[in-house]
Amino acid sequence: MIPLSWLIALSAVVFAIGVVGVLVRRNALVIFMSIELMLNAANLAFVAFASHLRSLDGQVFVFFVMTVAAAEVAIGLAIIVHLFRLRETVFVDEIHLLKG
Amino acid sequence: MLAVLFFGFAALLVVTSLMVVLHKNPVTSALFLVLAFCSLAGIYLLLRAEFLGMVQIVVYAGAIMVLFLFVIMYLNLQHDVETGLQIAVRRGIGWFVGALMLLTGGVLLKRGWALGPANEVLPDVERGNVASIGRVLYSRYLFPFEVTSILLLVAMVGVIVIARGRSRAGRTEAVEGGAR
Repeated sequence: MIPLSWLIALSAVVFAIGVVGVLVRRNALVIFMSIELMLNAANLAFVAFASHLRSLDGQVFVFFVMTVAAAEVAIGLAIIVHLFRLRETVFVDEIHLLKG
Repeated sequence: MLAVLFFGFAALLVVTSLMVVLHKNPVTSALFLVLAFCSLAGIYLLLRAEFLGMVQIVVYAGAIMVLFLFVIMYLNLQHDVETGLQIAVRRGIGWFVGALMLLTGGVLLKRGWALGPANEVLPDVERGNVASIGRVLYSRYLFPFEVTSILLLVAMVGVIVIARGRSRAGRTEAVEGGAR
């Protein structure tokens, strides 16, 4: 049996890497990948607690998170493709229409 | 043995996640992300969540990453150019925030807030993980499961509407605006 704290620590590390990716990178696609990393870190925490509590509810929740992630990726990539058609770039620094 | 496998998968997961964030080429980032998802699936298998491990491979490493790679190929992206003072400052801020988050996580880890096991034995020992999840999913979580189908339908319609872009109506408007 793997200790719960190791799993939660691993989940925290992966989540922090995802946060750094979102903050550091400018490429919208890589930012999306970092968001996926964060979602997976949350999933790992869910599975860890489900295994620790010996309950299946956490695993079912991960299933729903995966569904939402799939929908989010499909829509997000469609938006990025559309943005690329309009502005010829995927770098978030050059997409600043909302900047005052 | 379990601990050795866990440390192997965990090290692979952390290294590949770092490579996703650090590598300049988006295609390489995506391929490292596939590896990260596969190692996460290995950890799920170690935790006896076989169904999630398989779904992780099929949905994440399969479907979602193929979508990513298709979009990268479609947009024909080159290496990112990230230079300049502003980028350096923001990179510093990003790493600082990441370290801060990690520190917060460490502080939270020190507290023993995890409850004991709710059940004495795993609920899926006699039937297996997939059968048990199916049983829970189609009984207690039936309504969320149905709502999920609506979510996927909405996502599908939304993707088609967005990806079609400004259709003929928008283009004729633009042409008329130019003629005026």
